[in-house]
Amino acid sequence: MKSVRWIFASFFVSMVGSLGLVVYYLIGESAQVEGILLGLALGGMGFGVVGWATRLMDVPTVVEEREPLESSDAAMSQMEGMVGQDAVTRRKMLLRLAGGASATLGAALAIPALSLGPRPGQSLEETKWTPGARIVDRLGNPQRPGDIPLNGIKTVFPSGFEGEADSQTVVIKIEPELLDLPEGREDWAPDGCVAFSKICTHAGCPVGLYRAEARQLLCPCHQSTFDVTTGCTPVFGPAARPLPQLPMEVDEVGFLVAMGDFPEPVGPSFWNMETE
Amino acid sequence: MLKWIDERLGAAHWARKGLKKVFPDHWSFLLGEIALFSFIILLLTGTYLTLFYRPDAAPVIYDGPYQPLHGREMSAAYESVLRLSYEVRAGLVMRQIHHWAALVFVASIVAHMVRVFFTGAFRKPREINWMVGVTLLVLAIGMGFTGYSLPDDLLSGTGLRIAYSAVISIPFVGPYLGFLVFGGEFPTEGIISRLFVLHVMLLPAIIIGLIVAHLAVLWRQKHTQFAGKGRAESNVVGKAFWPQQFFKSFGLMLLTGAALALLGGLVQINAVWSYGPFDASAVSAPSQPDWYVGWLEGAIRLFPAFEPTILGVTIPSMLIPAVVIPGIGFTVMALWPFIEQRVTKDRDAHHILDRPRDRPARSAIGMGGILYVTLLTIAGGNDVLALTFNVPIEAMVWFLRIGLFVIPVIGGFITYRLCTEMQESGAQPARRRRGVRLRRNAEGGFEEVSRD
Repeated sequence: MKSVRWIFASFFVSMVGSLGLVVYYLIGESAQVEGILLGLALGGMGFGVVGWATRLMDVPTVVEEREPLESSDAAMSQMEGMVGQDAVTRRKMLLRLAGGASATLGAALAIPALSLGPRPGQSLEETKWTPGARIVDRLGNPQRPGDIPLNGIKTVFPSGFEGEADSQTVVIKIEPELLDLPEGREDWAPDGCVAFSKICTHAGCPVGLYRAEARQLLCPCHQSTFDVTTGCTPVFGPAARPLPQLPMEVDEVGFLVAMGDFPEPVGPSFWNMETE
Repeated sequence: MLKWIDERLGAAHWARKGLKKVFPDHWSFLLGEIALFSFIILLLTGTYLTLFYRPDAAPVIYDGPYQPLHGREMSAAYESVLRLSYEVRAGLVMRQIHHWAALVFVASIVAHMVRVFFTGAFRKPREINWMVGVTLLVLAIGMGFTGYSLPDDLLSGTGLRIAYSAVISIPFVGPYLGFLVFGGEFPTEGIISRLFVLHVMLLPAIIIGLIVAHLAVLWRQKHTQFAGKGRAESNVVGKAFWPQQFFKSFGLMLLTGAALALLGGLVQINAVWSYGPFDASAVSAPSQPDWYVGWLEGAIRLFPAFEPTILGVTIPSMLIPAVVIPGIGFTVMALWPFIEQRVTKDRDAHHILDRPRDRPARSAIGMGGILYVTLLTIAGGNDVLALTFNVPIEAMVWFLRIGLFVIPVIGGFITYRLCTEMQESGAQPARRRRGVRLRRNAEGGFEEVSRD
């Protein structure tokens, strides 16, 4: 009898846990206490039931014969005859028509799925950057080259589109003599300020980490690393394309403005992407 | 009462047959049951959560009790999760139990699958149930992904963004498909409510249907069993469903619930308030998905920067690690019974389970697969590991890139050798060693006393 006393105690613990939970719900709000009481309520009963089954049920081991799964040949051929009876199979033309009608019906029923989203069109190739668009921070403040500290980084947007996901850009300022940008971009870096799309060309995460001492942008998602001085070419990790650079100049009143949209699509590569 | 039912359904005969159904006894047969019970707990806690959650991306200003986010703009979805966690009594514990149950659900499916694989329980006539099982695994991962994306926090938004990148990389239809699934270019307002419909309606309905099918086929085909005294291909030896097996399983369900309640109460999980609301231009570092997506994250991280342009078409770098490799992996898994049949030429029905050592080649391949997925999962957290062990992330990545091709092969080879040696030696490492009782006899020697 002694060895099964715990089974009785388990059910008692369960009741205490359940009642405790009811009371505690009314007076307290700690998730920890709720979890413990629910654990006791369920666990007590669980131990009790399992103990009952394993210690107090002396049931015999039984042997059940396994009948073969497959049906007899006769039953099988009867079934096949039933399925393939003449009334169905003789009408070859009707069968084909029914099949064709099912296929067209499927297409008709599937077509409303196209309402789920617009056609991509040019939207993957374009952002909101336009020639002359002012470069502003998240709050809409326009930026001068002097507002970016040396070796500093700032997330910017085209004026009027603050926070717009597709147009997010980082401006980084480094010593102009360290820059080694690709040909034709020499005048895209006023006062050593360079602007790149903030969307990783690998899987689209915001490339938010700047290692100032190495002048590298690092994507926190998959560790793609881009060398800022050479125009954000990928130097490590899974990204294969450079981050597109935003052509940027200083307007007559001294603010940074875009000279146009990014020359390449921003963000992760997609099927049918236009590349040079 | 029983009579009332029987007069209307004539149930006595088949009910008695059901209650008499024989269950062979082995602990590893309970892994699948844990998956089932986790799913029941997911349904119960999930229903409760649905009553408080709002699948709505509309912006609101937070003014609840969690001070650090006071005055922040966030989606109504995220706000409802904060409210559920901070203001609804028992809401937080329900949410945490739900999340823990999801982790255990997938884990127990995987453990069950490993058991079925290594013991050959997928062989004829059980190929159908194996494929249903693989489908359930994929759906369970889908449930997890759609579920942890619902709070619309910064971390889950990152996961969605990566999923979007994978979709638009698909040949020919990628961008169109991405726009249809997300309702436009990422990030979109509509995605939260779409995920919600998938998570609380479509996917659970399909999963319930497949679980019913899984159990019905199991019932029809009867259980497998390990070889042993009195056991043959033509019988099933064990205990009747009622009462003992029923009590055991019912108790296991309660114990599963108890473990999840303790985890949900005591071990914090997915503290979305500390991640903050989703913001398209921010990401938290480190960011890791739930464990069962880690292998995919790892594949995406390890795949080299490879984006060739063939015949004027650029192959997006996400295509191979995020679409092709998982596709091949799950296809091979689903078709494994047929692949093995073709190689071994064994097309007979089997109801007696293999011991893993008796099928060294299969065991070696299984071990190689497990190591491969494990390494990918480790790669999914390579930034955290690099930080923890203070090694450069570059070294970590290169070690894993090479290890992915070497370690599974070595592991498979060792497994093969272990299997063949265990076959020869007949070692029983998993069996507890029993002491023997000795008695000194009159001659001064010892003799063994039988136990019973």
